[in-house]
Amino acid sequence: MSWPRIRALVLRYTFLYTRSIPRVTELFFWPIMDLLVWGYVTLYLQRLYAAQDTPPAGMGVITFLLGAMIFWDILYRAQQGTTLAFLEDIWARNLLNIFVAPIRVSEFIVATYLVSLLRIMVTVIVLIALAWFLYAFNLFALGFSLLPLFINLLFMGWALGMITTGLIMRWGQAAEALAWGVPFLIQPLAAVFYPVNVLPVWVQPVALAIPATHVFEGMRAVLRGEGLPGQYLFWAFALNFVYVVAAAGFFRFMYESARRRGLLAKLVTQ
Amino acid sequence: MSDAIVQVEHLRKEFNGTVAVADVSFTVRRGEIVGLLGANGAGKTTTIQVLLGLTTLTSGAVRVFGQDLERHRVEILQRCNFSSAYTALPSNLRVRENLRVFAALYQVRDYRPKMDALLQLFEIAHLKDKITGHLSSGESTRVNLCKALLSDPELLLLDEPTASLDPDIADKVRKILRRIQRERGITMIYTSHNMRDVEEVCDRVLFLHKGKVIAAGAPQEVIARFNQRSLEEVFIRVARSGDLVEAQ
Ligand SMILES: Nc1ncnc2c1ncn2[C@@H]1O[C@H](COP(=O)(O)OP(=O)(O)O)[C@@H](O)[C@H]1O
Ligand SMILES: [Mg+2]
Repeated sequence: MSWPRIRALVLRYTFLYTRSIPRVTELFFWPIMDLLVWGYVTLYLQRLYAAQDTPPAGMGVITFLLGAMIFWDILYRAQQGTTLAFLEDIWARNLLNIFVAPIRVSEFIVATYLVSLLRIMVTVIVLIALAWFLYAFNLFALGFSLLPLFINLLFMGWALGMITTGLIMRWGQAAEALAWGVPFLIQPLAAVFYPVNVLPVWVQPVALAIPATHVFEGMRAVLRGEGLPGQYLFWAFALNFVYVVAAAGFFRFMYESARRRGLLAKLVTQ
Repeated sequence: MSDAIVQVEHLRKEFNGTVAVADVSFTVRRGEIVGLLGANGAGKTTTIQVLLGLTTLTSGAVRVFGQDLERHRVEILQRCNFSSAYTALPSNLRVRENLRVFAALYQVRDYRPKMDALLQLFEIAHLKDKITGHLSSGESTRVNLCKALLSDPELLLLDEPTASLDPDIADKVRKILRRIQRERGITMIYTSHNMRDVEEVCDRVLFLHKGKVIAAGAPQEVIARFNQRSLEEVFIRVARSGDLVEAQ
Protein backbone atom coordinates (compact mmCIF):
# COMPACT_ATOMS: atom_id res chain seq x y z
CA MET A 1 0.00 0.00 0.00
CA SER A 2 1.26 3.44 -0.86
CA TRP A 3 0.65 6.19 1.66
CA PRO A 4 1.25 9.06 -0.83
CA ARG A 5 -1.49 7.71 -3.08
CA ILE A 6 -3.91 7.35 -0.20
CA ARG A 7 -3.08 10.88 0.84
CA ALA A 8 -3.75 12.10 -2.69
CA LEU A 9 -7.22 10.53 -2.66
CA VAL A 10 -7.97 12.03 0.73
CA LEU A 11 -6.77 15.40 -0.54
CA ARG A 12 -9.26 15.15 -3.38
CA TYR A 13 -12.15 14.60 -0.96
CA THR A 14 -11.03 17.37 1.36
CA PHE A 15 -11.04 19.76 -1.59
CA LEU A 16 -14.49 18.52 -2.45
CA TYR A 17 -15.82 19.21 1.03
CA THR A 18 -14.15 22.50 1.69
CA ARG A 19 -15.38 23.83 -1.64
CA SER A 20 -19.03 23.01 -1.22
CA ILE A 21 -21.44 24.71 1.14
CA PRO A 22 -24.19 22.07 0.73
CA ARG A 23 -21.72 19.32 1.62
CA VAL A 24 -20.52 21.15 4.71
CA THR A 25 -24.09 21.88 5.75
CA GLU A 26 -24.98 18.22 5.37
CA LEU A 27 -22.25 17.36 7.88
CA PHE A 28 -24.14 19.28 10.58
CA PHE A 29 -27.77 19.56 9.63
CA TRP A 30 -29.19 16.10 10.41
CA PRO A 31 -27.01 15.39 13.43
CA ILE A 32 -27.99 18.69 15.01
CA MET A 33 -31.68 18.09 14.30
CA ASP A 34 -31.38 14.64 15.88
CA LEU A 35 -29.59 16.07 18.86
CA LEU A 36 -32.29 18.66 19.45
CA VAL A 37 -35.08 16.07 19.30
CA TRP A 38 -33.37 13.54 21.56
CA GLY A 39 -32.14 16.29 23.86
CA TYR A 40 -35.63 17.59 24.52
CA VAL A 41 -37.06 14.08 24.82
CA THR A 42 -34.45 13.53 27.50
CA LEU A 43 -35.32 16.73 29.34
CA TYR A 44 -39.01 15.85 29.23
CA LEU A 45 -38.51 12.34 30.58
CA GLN A 46 -36.30 13.68 33.33
CA ARG A 47 -39.04 16.09 34.39
CA LEU A 48 -41.67 13.35 34.39
CA TYR A 49 -39.54 11.23 36.68
CA ALA A 50 -38.57 14.13 38.90
CA ALA A 51 -42.27 14.94 39.44
CA GLN A 52 -42.96 11.51 40.90
CA ASP A 53 -42.86 11.04 44.66
CA THR A 54 -40.41 8.20 44.46
CA PRO A 55 -38.29 8.58 41.35
CA PRO A 56 -37.44 5.16 39.93
CA ALA A 57 -33.91 3.93 40.42
CA GLY A 58 -31.43 4.82 37.75
CA MET A 59 -33.05 8.06 36.79
CA GLY A 60 -29.85 9.27 35.18
CA VAL A 61 -30.33 6.39 32.79
CA ILE A 62 -32.27 8.70 30.52
CA THR A 63 -29.07 10.43 29.47
CA PHE A 64 -28.37 7.22 27.58
CA LEU A 65 -30.50 8.59 24.85
CA LEU A 66 -28.09 11.36 24.00
CA GLY A 67 -25.08 9.07 24.16
CA ALA A 68 -26.91 6.53 22.01
CA MET A 69 -27.84 9.17 19.49
CA ILE A 70 -24.27 10.41 19.15
CA PHE A 71 -22.93 6.86 18.95
CA TRP A 72 -25.49 5.94 16.34
CA ASP A 73 -24.44 8.92 14.31
CA ILE A 74 -20.82 7.75 14.42
CA LEU A 75 -21.80 4.33 13.10
CA TYR A 76 -24.14 5.76 10.48
CA ARG A 77 -21.59 8.26 9.24
CA ALA A 78 -18.77 5.74 9.11
CA GLN A 79 -20.92 3.69 6.76
CA GLN A 80 -22.22 6.61 4.78
CA GLY A 81 -18.89 8.40 4.51
CA THR A 82 -17.13 5.47 2.84
CA THR A 83 -19.91 4.96 0.32
CA LEU A 84 -20.35 8.65 -0.32
CA ALA A 85 -16.69 8.99 -1.28
CA PHE A 86 -17.31 6.45 -4.02
CA LEU A 87 -20.61 8.00 -5.08
CA GLU A 88 -19.00 11.42 -5.37
CA ASP A 89 -16.71 10.02 -8.05
CA ILE A 90 -19.63 8.51 -9.92
CA TRP A 91 -21.57 11.76 -9.80
CA ALA A 92 -18.55 13.72 -10.97
CA ARG A 93 -17.94 11.24 -13.84
CA ASN A 94 -14.47 11.00 -12.36
CA LEU A 95 -14.57 7.32 -11.44
CA LEU A 96 -12.71 6.19 -14.56
CA ASN A 97 -9.94 8.69 -13.94
CA ILE A 98 -9.55 7.18 -10.46
CA PHE A 99 -9.67 3.57 -11.59
CA VAL A 100 -7.14 4.05 -14.38
CA ALA A 101 -4.75 5.74 -11.99
CA PRO A 102 -2.18 3.44 -10.40
CA ILE A 103 -4.26 2.78 -7.30
CA ARG A 104 -4.72 -0.52 -5.55
CA VAL A 105 -8.23 -1.39 -4.49
CA SER A 106 -7.00 -1.56 -0.92
CA GLU A 107 -5.65 1.98 -1.16
CA PHE A 108 -8.98 3.20 -2.46
CA ILE A 109 -10.78 1.53 0.43
CA VAL A 110 -8.42 2.90 3.05
CA ALA A 111 -8.85 6.37 1.57
CA THR A 112 -12.63 6.09 1.89
CA TYR A 113 -12.16 4.97 5.53
CA LEU A 114 -10.07 8.03 6.25
CA VAL A 115 -12.51 10.35 4.54
CA SER A 116 -15.35 8.98 6.62
CA LEU A 117 -13.22 9.35 9.75
CA LEU A 118 -12.57 13.00 8.95
CA ARG A 119 -16.27 13.61 8.39
CA ILE A 120 -17.10 11.91 11.68
CA MET A 121 -14.56 13.91 13.63
CA VAL A 122 -16.04 17.17 12.42
CA THR A 123 -19.63 16.12 13.09
CA VAL A 124 -19.00 14.48 16.44
CA ILE A 125 -16.98 17.34 17.87
CA VAL A 126 -19.84 19.69 17.12
CA LEU A 127 -22.39 17.25 18.59
CA ILE A 128 -20.39 16.74 21.77
CA ALA A 129 -20.01 20.47 22.25
CA LEU A 130 -23.71 21.16 21.65
CA ALA A 131 -24.84 18.31 23.93
CA TRP A 132 -22.69 19.82 26.64
CA PHE A 133 -23.94 23.39 26.24
CA LEU A 134 -27.62 22.60 25.72
CA TYR A 135 -28.15 19.59 27.96
CA ALA A 136 -25.05 19.42 30.16
CA PHE A 137 -24.46 15.95 28.73
CA ASN A 138 -20.78 15.09 28.84
CA LEU A 139 -19.82 12.27 26.50
CA PHE A 140 -16.35 12.29 28.01
CA ALA A 141 -17.93 10.92 31.18
CA LEU A 142 -17.33 7.65 29.36
CA GLY A 143 -13.63 8.24 30.04
CA PHE A 144 -11.19 5.91 28.40
CA SER A 145 -13.95 3.50 27.44
CA LEU A 146 -14.90 6.02 24.81
CA LEU A 147 -11.95 5.10 22.61
CA PRO A 148 -12.50 1.34 22.16
CA LEU A 149 -16.24 1.89 21.77
CA PHE A 150 -15.63 4.56 19.13
CA ILE A 151 -13.18 2.32 17.26
CA ASN A 152 -15.70 -0.50 17.19
CA LEU A 153 -18.39 1.75 15.81
CA LEU A 154 -15.98 2.84 13.08
CA PHE A 155 -15.10 -0.74 12.16
CA MET A 156 -18.70 -1.77 11.92
CA GLY A 157 -19.57 1.34 9.87
CA TRP A 158 -16.69 0.62 7.51
CA ALA A 159 -17.81 -2.97 7.07
CA LEU A 160 -21.32 -1.82 6.17
CA GLY A 161 -19.84 0.87 3.93
CA MET A 162 -17.82 -1.66 1.93
CA ILE A 163 -20.94 -3.76 1.47
CA THR A 164 -23.01 -0.85 0.17
CA THR A 165 -20.21 0.34 -2.12
CA GLY A 166 -19.90 -3.20 -3.46
CA LEU A 167 -23.62 -3.33 -4.15
CA ILE A 168 -23.55 0.00 -5.96
CA MET A 169 -20.57 -1.12 -8.02
CA ARG A 170 -22.45 -4.18 -9.14
CA TRP A 171 -26.01 -2.88 -9.39
CA GLY A 172 -25.32 0.71 -10.35
CA GLN A 173 -26.92 3.84 -9.12
CA ALA A 174 -30.21 2.03 -8.66
CA ALA A 175 -28.63 0.68 -5.49
CA GLU A 176 -27.83 4.18 -4.28
CA ALA A 177 -30.79 4.24 -1.92
CA LEU A 178 -29.01 1.49 -0.01
CA ALA A 179 -26.27 3.93 0.90
CA TRP A 180 -28.79 5.68 3.10
CA GLY A 181 -30.91 2.73 4.09
CA VAL A 182 -28.58 -0.07 5.13
CA PRO A 183 -27.77 1.15 8.67
CA PHE A 184 -31.46 1.49 9.43
CA LEU A 185 -31.95 -2.18 8.61
CA ILE A 186 -29.90 -3.07 11.64
CA GLN A 187 -30.90 -0.21 13.91
CA PRO A 188 -33.87 -1.99 15.53
CA LEU A 189 -31.65 -4.97 16.33
CA ALA A 190 -28.49 -3.19 17.41
CA ALA A 191 -29.92 -2.18 20.80
CA VAL A 192 -29.17 1.47 20.13
CA PHE A 193 -31.77 3.12 22.35
CA TYR A 194 -32.80 0.16 24.55
CA PRO A 195 -31.09 -2.91 25.97
CA VAL A 196 -31.09 -6.25 24.17
CA ASN A 197 -33.28 -7.80 26.86
CA VAL A 198 -36.34 -5.82 25.78
CA LEU A 199 -36.25 -7.59 22.43
CA PRO A 200 -38.24 -10.83 22.00
CA VAL A 201 -36.17 -13.74 23.20
CA TRP A 202 -35.87 -15.35 19.79
CA VAL A 203 -34.51 -12.12 18.28
CA GLN A 204 -31.84 -11.69 20.91
CA PRO A 205 -29.27 -14.06 19.37
CA VAL A 206 -29.51 -12.10 16.12
CA ALA A 207 -29.00 -8.85 18.00
CA LEU A 208 -25.99 -10.29 19.80
CA ALA A 209 -24.40 -11.22 16.48
CA ILE A 210 -24.16 -7.52 15.59
CA PRO A 211 -20.95 -5.85 16.82
CA ALA A 212 -22.67 -2.54 17.51
CA THR A 213 -25.06 -4.20 19.98
CA HIS A 214 -22.14 -4.82 22.31
CA VAL A 215 -20.95 -1.25 21.89
CA PHE A 216 -24.33 0.18 22.91
CA GLU A 217 -24.70 -2.26 25.81
CA GLY A 218 -21.18 -1.34 26.90
CA MET A 219 -21.95 2.37 26.71
CA ARG A 220 -24.99 1.96 28.95
CA ALA A 221 -22.98 -0.05 31.45
CA VAL A 222 -20.38 2.72 31.64
CA LEU A 223 -23.01 5.43 32.06
CA ARG A 224 -24.62 3.38 34.85
CA GLY A 225 -21.25 3.61 36.54
CA GLU A 226 -20.48 -0.09 36.17
CA GLY A 227 -17.35 0.41 34.12
CA LEU A 228 -16.95 -1.28 30.76
CA PRO A 229 -17.43 -5.02 31.08
CA GLY A 230 -14.65 -6.83 29.22
CA GLN A 231 -17.06 -9.25 27.60
CA TYR A 232 -18.76 -6.46 25.61
CA LEU A 233 -15.44 -5.26 24.31
CA PHE A 234 -14.33 -8.77 23.46
CA TRP A 235 -17.46 -9.52 21.46
CA ALA A 236 -17.45 -6.17 19.72
CA PHE A 237 -13.88 -6.61 18.53
CA ALA A 238 -14.27 -10.29 17.64
CA LEU A 239 -17.47 -9.78 15.66
CA ASN A 240 -16.08 -6.70 13.96
CA PHE A 241 -13.05 -8.64 12.86
CA VAL A 242 -15.33 -11.15 11.17
CA TYR A 243 -17.53 -8.40 9.69
CA VAL A 244 -14.65 -6.36 8.27
CA VAL A 245 -12.92 -9.39 6.75
CA ALA A 246 -16.18 -10.68 5.27
CA ALA A 247 -17.14 -7.23 3.94
CA ALA A 248 -13.71 -6.76 2.35
CA GLY A 249 -14.12 -10.16 0.69
CA PHE A 250 -17.57 -9.21 -0.51
CA PHE A 251 -16.29 -5.89 -1.87
CA ARG A 252 -13.47 -7.63 -3.71
CA PHE A 253 -15.91 -10.10 -5.20
CA MET A 254 -18.25 -7.35 -6.36
CA TYR A 255 -15.35 -5.34 -7.77
CA GLU A 256 -14.10 -8.30 -9.81
CA SER A 257 -17.62 -9.06 -10.97
CA ALA A 258 -18.12 -5.42 -12.02
CA ARG A 259 -14.81 -5.54 -13.86
CA ARG A 260 -15.73 -8.70 -15.72
CA ARG A 261 -19.05 -7.19 -16.76
CA GLY A 262 -17.45 -3.91 -17.80
CA LEU A 263 -19.56 -2.01 -15.29
CA LEU A 264 -16.90 0.35 -13.95
CA ALA A 265 -17.11 2.38 -17.12
CA LYS A 266 -20.89 2.09 -17.34
CA LEU A 267 -21.30 3.52 -13.83
CA VAL A 268 -19.91 6.74 -15.18
CA THR A 269 -21.48 6.99 -18.56
CA GLN A 270 -24.93 5.50 -18.02
CA MET B 1 13.79 -5.69 -24.65
CA SER B 2 11.81 -5.21 -27.81
CA ASP B 3 10.23 -1.85 -28.45
CA ALA B 4 6.72 -3.30 -28.51
CA ILE B 5 4.79 -1.25 -25.98
CA VAL B 6 1.46 -3.00 -26.41
CA GLN B 7 0.99 -6.57 -27.59
CA VAL B 8 -2.54 -7.83 -28.02
CA GLU B 9 -3.01 -11.43 -29.13
CA HIS B 10 -6.39 -12.84 -30.04
CA LEU B 11 -8.20 -10.61 -27.60
CA ARG B 12 -11.78 -11.64 -27.09
CA LYS B 13 -14.26 -10.03 -24.74
CA GLU B 14 -17.81 -11.16 -24.18
CA PHE B 15 -20.25 -9.45 -21.89
CA ASN B 16 -22.77 -12.02 -20.77
CA GLY B 17 -22.95 -13.54 -24.21
CA THR B 18 -22.62 -10.28 -26.19
CA VAL B 19 -19.41 -10.36 -28.16
CA ALA B 20 -17.86 -6.89 -27.87
CA VAL B 21 -14.44 -7.88 -29.21
CA ALA B 22 -14.30 -11.09 -31.21
CA ASP B 23 -10.67 -11.54 -32.17
CA VAL B 24 -8.23 -8.66 -32.20
CA SER B 25 -4.46 -8.85 -32.47
CA PHE B 26 -2.08 -5.95 -32.88
CA THR B 27 1.21 -4.59 -31.71
CA VAL B 28 2.06 -0.99 -30.99
CA ARG B 29 5.69 0.09 -31.04
CA ARG B 30 7.31 2.78 -28.97
CA GLY B 31 6.54 6.25 -30.27
CA GLU B 32 3.76 5.18 -32.61
CA ILE B 33 0.34 6.76 -32.73
CA VAL B 34 -2.20 4.11 -33.62
CA GLY B 35 -5.81 4.92 -34.41
CA LEU B 36 -8.65 2.55 -33.62
CA LEU B 37 -11.45 3.18 -36.06
CA GLY B 38 -14.80 1.64 -36.64
CA ALA B 39 -18.52 2.24 -36.42
CA ASN B 40 -20.35 2.63 -33.14
CA GLY B 41 -20.25 -0.66 -31.30
CA ALA B 42 -17.24 -1.99 -33.24
CA GLY B 43 -15.35 -2.65 -30.00
CA LYS B 44 -12.97 0.32 -29.76
CA THR B 45 -13.85 1.42 -26.25
CA THR B 46 -13.86 -2.14 -24.98
CA THR B 47 -10.37 -2.67 -26.38
CA ILE B 48 -9.12 0.47 -24.63
CA GLN B 49 -10.79 -0.58 -21.40
CA VAL B 50 -9.13 -3.95 -21.50
CA LEU B 51 -5.78 -2.23 -22.00
CA LEU B 52 -6.46 -0.13 -18.91
CA GLY B 53 -7.49 -3.09 -16.81
CA LEU B 54 -10.98 -1.62 -16.39
CA THR B 55 -12.46 -4.82 -17.64
CA THR B 56 -11.07 -8.33 -17.84
CA LEU B 57 -10.63 -10.27 -21.05
CA THR B 58 -12.49 -13.43 -21.92
CA SER B 59 -9.56 -14.98 -23.75
CA GLY B 60 -6.33 -14.00 -25.44
CA ALA B 61 -3.31 -12.22 -24.03
CA VAL B 62 -2.43 -8.59 -23.44
CA ARG B 63 1.03 -7.40 -22.56
CA VAL B 64 1.90 -3.78 -21.92
CA PHE B 65 5.56 -2.78 -21.59
CA GLY B 66 6.22 -6.50 -21.94
CA GLN B 67 4.36 -7.23 -18.69
CA ASP B 68 1.21 -9.21 -18.09
CA LEU B 69 -1.61 -6.76 -17.47
CA GLU B 70 -3.47 -8.73 -14.82
CA ARG B 71 -0.38 -9.33 -12.71
CA HIS B 72 1.28 -5.91 -13.02
CA ARG B 73 -1.73 -3.62 -13.29
CA VAL B 74 -0.53 -0.91 -10.93
CA GLU B 75 3.03 -0.76 -12.30
CA ILE B 76 1.67 -0.56 -15.84
CA LEU B 77 -0.91 2.10 -15.00
CA GLN B 78 1.81 4.19 -13.38
CA ARG B 79 3.34 4.53 -16.86
CA CYS B 80 0.06 5.10 -18.73
CA ASN B 81 -2.60 7.72 -18.78
CA PHE B 82 -6.04 8.10 -20.24
CA SER B 83 -8.38 10.78 -21.44
CA SER B 84 -11.84 10.68 -22.90
CA ALA B 85 -14.50 13.19 -23.71
CA TYR B 86 -16.85 11.07 -21.59
CA THR B 87 -15.08 11.47 -18.31
CA ALA B 88 -14.74 14.65 -16.33
CA LEU B 89 -12.79 16.02 -13.44
CA PRO B 90 -14.67 16.92 -10.24
CA SER B 91 -16.64 19.98 -11.12
CA ASN B 92 -16.45 21.99 -7.92
CA LEU B 93 -12.67 21.97 -7.72
CA ARG B 94 -10.49 24.54 -9.37
CA VAL B 95 -8.54 23.40 -12.41
CA ARG B 96 -5.24 23.60 -10.57
CA GLU B 97 -6.65 21.67 -7.61
CA ASN B 98 -7.80 18.85 -9.86
CA LEU B 99 -4.42 18.71 -11.53
CA ARG B 100 -2.70 18.76 -8.16
CA VAL B 101 -4.72 15.74 -7.01
CA PHE B 102 -3.81 13.77 -10.12
CA ALA B 103 -0.17 14.82 -9.90
CA ALA B 104 -0.20 13.38 -6.38
CA LEU B 105 -1.99 10.18 -7.48
CA TYR B 106 0.69 9.55 -10.09
CA GLN B 107 3.37 10.76 -7.68
CA VAL B 108 4.64 13.44 -10.04
CA ARG B 109 7.48 15.29 -8.38
CA ASP B 110 7.52 19.06 -8.65
CA TYR B 111 4.33 19.13 -10.72
CA ARG B 112 3.81 22.92 -10.81
CA PRO B 113 6.16 23.84 -13.68
CA LYS B 114 4.84 20.84 -15.65
CA MET B 115 1.27 21.86 -15.04
CA ASP B 116 1.93 25.44 -16.08
CA ALA B 117 3.74 24.36 -19.24
CA LEU B 118 0.88 22.03 -20.23
CA LEU B 119 -1.80 24.63 -19.57
CA GLN B 120 0.22 27.06 -21.69
CA LEU B 121 0.59 24.49 -24.45
CA PHE B 122 -3.16 23.92 -24.63
CA GLU B 123 -3.78 27.67 -24.38
CA ILE B 124 -5.77 27.43 -21.18
CA ALA B 125 -3.33 28.96 -18.71
CA HIS B 126 -5.91 31.63 -17.91
CA LEU B 127 -8.31 28.94 -16.66
CA LYS B 128 -6.02 27.66 -13.92
CA ASP B 129 -8.00 29.22 -11.07
CA LYS B 130 -11.40 28.58 -12.56
CA ILE B 131 -13.92 26.13 -11.16
CA THR B 132 -13.74 23.07 -13.41
CA GLY B 133 -17.53 22.81 -13.70
CA HIS B 134 -17.70 26.31 -15.17
CA LEU B 135 -15.57 25.43 -18.19
CA SER B 136 -16.99 24.89 -21.64
CA SER B 137 -16.78 21.32 -22.89
CA GLY B 138 -13.91 22.20 -25.21
CA GLU B 139 -12.01 23.74 -22.31
CA SER B 140 -12.60 20.80 -20.01
CA THR B 141 -11.50 18.40 -22.75
CA ARG B 142 -8.20 20.25 -22.84
CA VAL B 143 -7.92 20.15 -19.06
CA ASN B 144 -8.48 16.38 -19.27
CA LEU B 145 -5.61 16.18 -21.74
CA CYS B 146 -3.40 18.15 -19.34
CA LYS B 147 -4.32 15.65 -16.62
CA ALA B 148 -3.37 12.81 -18.97
CA LEU B 149 0.00 14.33 -19.88
CA LEU B 150 0.95 15.59 -16.43
CA SER B 151 2.30 12.23 -15.34
CA ASP B 152 4.67 12.05 -18.34
CA PRO B 153 3.06 8.81 -19.54
CA GLU B 154 4.90 6.51 -21.91
CA LEU B 155 1.58 5.25 -23.22
CA LEU B 156 -1.42 7.48 -23.69
CA LEU B 157 -4.86 6.00 -24.35
CA LEU B 158 -7.34 8.43 -25.82
CA ASP B 159 -10.97 7.48 -26.31
CA GLU B 160 -12.52 10.09 -28.58
CA PRO B 161 -10.50 12.87 -27.01
CA THR B 162 -11.61 15.51 -29.50
CA ALA B 163 -15.32 14.67 -29.58
CA SER B 164 -16.38 18.02 -28.14
CA LEU B 165 -13.88 20.38 -29.75
CA ASP B 166 -14.66 22.96 -32.39
CA PRO B 167 -12.70 22.56 -35.66
CA ASP B 168 -10.20 25.26 -34.71
CA ILE B 169 -9.36 23.82 -31.32
CA ALA B 170 -9.49 20.26 -32.64
CA ASP B 171 -6.86 21.26 -35.18
CA LYS B 172 -4.69 22.78 -32.47
CA VAL B 173 -5.06 19.72 -30.27
CA ARG B 174 -4.04 17.43 -33.14
CA LYS B 175 -0.92 19.49 -33.72
CA ILE B 176 -0.09 19.49 -30.03
CA LEU B 177 -0.48 15.73 -29.78
CA ARG B 178 1.79 15.26 -32.80
CA ARG B 179 4.32 17.64 -31.34
CA ILE B 180 4.32 15.95 -27.96
CA GLN B 181 4.71 12.61 -29.62
CA ARG B 182 7.73 13.92 -31.58
CA GLU B 183 9.35 15.61 -28.62
CA ARG B 184 8.73 13.01 -25.96
CA GLY B 185 8.27 9.84 -27.98
CA ILE B 186 4.97 9.06 -26.28
CA THR B 187 3.10 6.08 -27.66
CA MET B 188 -0.59 6.69 -28.25
CA ILE B 189 -3.67 4.68 -29.00
CA TYR B 190 -6.43 6.87 -30.25
CA THR B 191 -10.07 6.28 -31.06
CA SER B 192 -12.05 8.80 -32.99
CA HIS B 193 -14.99 9.22 -35.31
CA ASN B 194 -13.28 12.16 -36.87
CA MET B 195 -11.34 10.87 -39.88
CA ARG B 196 -9.49 14.16 -40.32
CA ASP B 197 -8.19 13.64 -36.82
CA VAL B 198 -6.98 10.23 -37.61
CA GLU B 199 -5.43 10.96 -40.99
CA GLU B 200 -3.47 13.78 -39.51
CA VAL B 201 -2.43 12.30 -36.22
CA CYS B 202 -2.04 8.56 -36.67
CA ASP B 203 0.95 6.71 -38.05
CA ARG B 204 -1.15 3.63 -38.42
CA VAL B 205 -4.83 2.74 -38.21
CA LEU B 206 -6.74 -0.40 -37.30
CA PHE B 207 -10.23 -0.70 -38.70
CA LEU B 208 -12.50 -2.64 -36.38
CA HIS B 209 -15.72 -4.15 -37.55
CA LYS B 210 -17.91 -6.24 -35.24
CA GLY B 211 -15.00 -6.84 -32.92
CA LYS B 212 -12.48 -7.82 -35.57
CA VAL B 213 -9.64 -6.00 -37.30
CA ILE B 214 -10.53 -5.92 -40.97
CA ALA B 215 -7.83 -3.57 -42.18
CA ALA B 216 -4.60 -2.23 -40.78
CA GLY B 217 -1.78 -0.02 -42.01
CA ALA B 218 -0.73 3.56 -42.59
CA PRO B 219 -3.74 5.77 -43.44
CA GLN B 220 -2.58 6.22 -47.05
CA GLU B 221 -2.06 2.47 -47.49
CA VAL B 222 -5.52 1.71 -46.21
CA ILE B 223 -7.08 4.35 -48.43
CA ALA B 224 -5.27 2.93 -51.45
CA ARG B 225 -6.15 -0.66 -50.61
CA PHE B 226 -9.85 0.15 -50.54
CA ASN B 227 -9.65 2.24 -53.71
CA GLN B 228 -11.10 5.23 -51.95
CA ARG B 229 -10.07 8.85 -51.80
CA SER B 230 -10.12 9.37 -48.06
CA LEU B 231 -10.37 7.51 -44.76
CA GLU B 232 -13.85 8.88 -44.44
CA GLU B 233 -14.90 6.97 -47.55
CA VAL B 234 -13.17 3.86 -46.28
CA PHE B 235 -14.98 4.27 -42.98
CA ILE B 236 -18.37 4.50 -44.67
CA ARG B 237 -17.63 1.56 -46.92
CA VAL B 238 -16.52 -0.57 -43.96
CA ALA B 239 -19.46 0.49 -41.82
CA ARG B 240 -22.00 -0.32 -44.57
CA SER B 241 -20.50 -3.47 -45.95
CA GLY B 242 -17.86 -4.53 -43.47
CA ASP B 243 -19.02 -8.12 -43.69
CA LEU B 244 -18.18 -8.17 -47.41
CA VAL B 245 -14.79 -6.62 -46.80
CA GLU B 246 -14.11 -9.18 -44.15
CA ALA B 247 -14.95 -12.01 -46.51
CA GLN B 248 -12.47 -10.82 -49.15
N1 LIG C 1 -20.46 -3.48 -20.17
C1 LIG C 1 -21.07 -3.96 -21.26
N2 LIG C 1 -22.03 -4.89 -21.14
C2 LIG C 1 -22.64 -5.40 -22.23
N3 LIG C 1 -22.33 -5.06 -23.51
C3 LIG C 1 -21.37 -4.15 -23.69
C4 LIG C 1 -20.69 -3.53 -22.59
N4 LIG C 1 -19.77 -2.66 -23.09
C5 LIG C 1 -19.90 -2.72 -24.42
N5 LIG C 1 -20.85 -3.60 -24.80
C6 LIG C 1 -21.24 -3.93 -26.19
O1 LIG C 1 -20.08 -4.28 -26.89
C7 LIG C 1 -20.08 -3.72 -28.19
C8 LIG C 1 -18.83 -2.87 -28.41
O2 LIG C 1 -18.93 -1.69 -27.63
P1 LIG C 1 -17.81 -0.57 -27.59
O3 LIG C 1 -16.50 -1.22 -27.33
O4 LIG C 1 -18.26 0.45 -26.61
O5 LIG C 1 -17.87 0.01 -29.07
P2 LIG C 1 -17.26 1.33 -29.69
O6 LIG C 1 -16.44 2.03 -28.67
O7 LIG C 1 -16.45 0.85 -30.85
O8 LIG C 1 -18.42 2.16 -30.14
C9 LIG C 1 -21.37 -2.97 -28.33
O9 LIG C 1 -22.28 -3.78 -29.01
C10 LIG C 1 -21.82 -2.74 -26.92
O10 LIG C 1 -23.20 -2.73 -26.81
MG1 LIG D 1 -16.58 4.02 -27.89
